[in-house]
Amino acid sequence: MSNLFNIDIVNPEQSFISKDNVFEVVIPAVEGEIGILKDHIPIISFLKPGIIRVFSESEEQSFYVEDGIVEFKDNTLSVLTSSIFDLKDADKNFVSESIRSAEAELSKDNIDDQKRFLLNHKVEVLKSISIN
Amino acid sequence: MPSLDDLRKRITSVKSTQKITKAMKMVAAAKLRKAQENAEKGRPYSEKMNNVILNLSKSITDKENAPKLLVGTGEEKVHLCIVLTADRGLCGGFNTNIIKKAKSYFEKIISENKTLKIITVGSKGYDQLKRQYKSYIVENISFKESKNINYFDADKVGKIIIEKFEKNEFDVCAIFYNKFKNVITQIPQEQQIVPLNENKDDKDDSGNDNDYEFEPDEDEILSNLLPKNISTQIFKAMLENSASEQGSRMTAMDNATRNAGELVDRLTIEYNRSRQAAITKELIEIISGAESL
Repeated sequence: MSNLFNIDIVNPEQSFISKDNVFEVVIPAVEGEIGILKDHIPIISFLKPGIIRVFSESEEQSFYVEDGIVEFKDNTLSVLTSSIFDLKDADKNFVSESIRSAEAELSKDNIDDQKRFLLNHKVEVLKSISIN
Repeated sequence: MPSLDDLRKRITSVKSTQKITKAMKMVAAAKLRKAQENAEKGRPYSEKMNNVILNLSKSITDKENAPKLLVGTGEEKVHLCIVLTADRGLCGGFNTNIIKKAKSYFEKIISENKTLKIITVGSKGYDQLKRQYKSYIVENISFKESKNINYFDADKVGKIIIEKFEKNEFDVCAIFYNKFKNVITQIPQEQQIVPLNENKDDKDDSGNDNDYEFEPDEDEILSNLLPKNISTQIFKAMLENSASEQGSRMTAMDNATRNAGELVDRLTIEYNRSRQAAITKELIEIISGAESL
């Protein structure tokens, strides 16, 4: 029996990727990374800045996401996000620009702890991208 | 009776107008294809978003403490209307239709003694509404600079709405836009986005199990999701609108081209007739002159 399931990543402008041969997806949910395999129970969660890893039979793909919602149901994983790019075609300028704007946001005084945490995390992830 | 010269001038002028409308039609047709494609590409996102929210709101048991964006403030005194129009004219009844729809809604609100606030998106809507409803318009947004419809613009509008909602500046929010049915038909739409109208929740799909696991809990997801949904709805409306605008322009320009063609035909007949009349007149003069010799 196959252990494959479907993944749909959509952003508002278009369907980003749609595959039906993945066996594991790791998503950066707000409360920690979740690895999803076939026949996971239905789940709804949302994302924090991080990297989605999609393992399919032939290849492994990584995407950076800033936020979004994930839904897993009937062996289909739907990821709704407004900000996503493939790590392979990451734009150096865009990444460093994002780091700068996030750091600028961090230096403001009037942000709450949760936001500070998310921003810190975002900077961390983005920096790890720019190193690679 | 216009002179031959006048007629010739008119024919050339109508012909050049026809050239312009024809070119505009072609441009609109090309843009329409793209806009339509975009609208179709954008659909899965808003559909999925709707699905998730539907599933979530079903599993919410504590209606009292549910997020206000979902259930409303409990009052409906202040109405906020978002009127989405185009930035350009010459597209037939496109802008007028939205405005008409919005105006009838405004009248209803005013006659019920409720407070009305208007946000216009797109300069044409502002131009048409400012005469009559200037005092109600709280914001006027235009995305003339951005070439394509993008999510960030929609998000900007969404954020303005959320901000106003958090400051308790309105209770009910509705958006007005044209839904793209096909090239010839666009239907002006009125859609309530705050509180979320659950008009189709009574479907009998209770059979499938909605035992979702939520992480974190439902309330938190909902309060994170609902603001996004507003932006998504606006984005969807903007996409539909842009497809409708191009469709409407294409039809309008097609009609204009055809009308110009008819006008040219008529003028040409008139021109030929008066030319012939002049020739006949000259001939008669010559013949009668020769006879008298």
